[in-house]
Amino acid sequence: MLNIDSLETGIVIDHIKAGASMRVYKLLGLDKLDCCVAAIKNAKSSKFGRKDIIKIEGITDIDLDVLGFIDHNITVDIIREGKIVEKKKLVPPKYLKNVVRCKNPRCITSVEQGLDQIFQLHEVNGTRQYRCIYCEQEYQSRQG
Amino acid sequence: MRHLIDPLDFTKEEVLDLLDLADDIANDRFRYGEVCRGKKLATLFYEPSTRTRLSFEAAMLNLGGSVLGFSTADSSSASKGESVADTIRVVSGYADICAMRHPKEGAPLVASRYARIPVINAGDGGHQHPTQTLTDLMTIRLRSGRLNDLTIGLCGDLKFGRTVHSLMKSLARFEGIRFIMISPEELRVPDYIRDEVLKGQGIPYTEVETMEEVMPQLDILYMTRVQRERFFNEEDYIRLKDTYVLDAQKLKTAKENMSILHPLPRVNEIAGEVDDDPRAAYFEQAQNGVYVRMALIMKLLGLTL
Repeated sequence: MLNIDSLETGIVIDHIKAGASMRVYKLLGLDKLDCCVAAIKNAKSSKFGRKDIIKIEGITDIDLDVLGFIDHNITVDIIREGKIVEKKKLVPPKYLKNVVRCKNPRCITSVEQGLDQIFQLHEVNGTRQYRCIYCEQEYQSRQG
Repeated sequence: MRHLIDPLDFTKEEVLDLLDLADDIANDRFRYGEVCRGKKLATLFYEPSTRTRLSFEAAMLNLGGSVLGFSTADSSSASKGESVADTIRVVSGYADICAMRHPKEGAPLVASRYARIPVINAGDGGHQHPTQTLTDLMTIRLRSGRLNDLTIGLCGDLKFGRTVHSLMKSLARFEGIRFIMISPEELRVPDYIRDEVLKGQGIPYTEVETMEEVMPQLDILYMTRVQRERFFNEEDYIRLKDTYVLDAQKLKTAKENMSILHPLPRVNEIAGEVDDDPRAAYFEQAQNGVYVRMALIMKLLGLTL
């Protein structure tokens, strides 16, 4: 198995659905960081068979809210001095800003490209859904 | 500063107060002839409209104010590519209050976020039309004497019919409301309305495809037009446009005190012979639209008699 050194200080994002790590990488804006980031694809998982893992070295204060939108199975460990000091509980964010795009051709965002793409979390009969704040169209995960 | 973008922007109590004021205006509108002296209403209509725009203008003129604006996107700077945000920022310096109609859903919400004056959603795409809803509520209350314990039939284009979506959201706040939705399968209410308004609030509803089978149950029959402008495919429009035509024959089984509403304009969905039926309330409804918009302008500008 590929060996990535354990972290002294940083964040381990574990149990990412196999193949989804690059989406997480982009949504968290990790490409804009100067620190060392490792994305491990298709690691063995006793729970899921295969999983992806992301390790971020040196920083612990990244806004991780969007992970709650992507997949609630993802786990996040904050590491300091080589030890797990916090296991973050992922909560779906109330709003998603410029994370996904509204695909409704009747939505104002379809013609005014400068507008922020904002989706709000709604809970209907125990089901969570994100809806565009402008046209109220539900975000479907098959959308881009 | 308050805006009216979504029909639920006002509480139920605020809506009832507004309807009380509209009823009072209807009884003697001339008493209100000076309330908006010196105030200006901007009507920003990016999409053609007769009734809504004229009723807003009539409302402001009745209140002693004045109006300015445009009635198509072609005659506005939108045709040059100006954003809604920029337009409203500029108009905020020209007028005291604004009514906006736009073919794109959410445009009035965008405007309200950049405006320095109250913004009224005068219809955004197939989404919402809250002032039509106030008009509908006023008419239903005047005709039925109440807004609770009613069986409401909604007929026609329930998918793109923004007046239907707004009306359902508003009526769901009253006790004892039951909806019967009459539409072809392709034009049923959007999932978000069914999930949040009906299932989410436990409102009883039925979906059927013919009006005859439910006519005797209805206290209100709300007819809508299948709108050509909402279809990307002309063939679909042609196929669906004449699905429902209300005529005297179909009304034979209806309650004597049922009321027929329609946001207008109608095309073929209500036969001319129905106009003389005492249950036809749609022209009265159009008239009420002026009074309720007068009340709304007063409320948003914080003006009283």
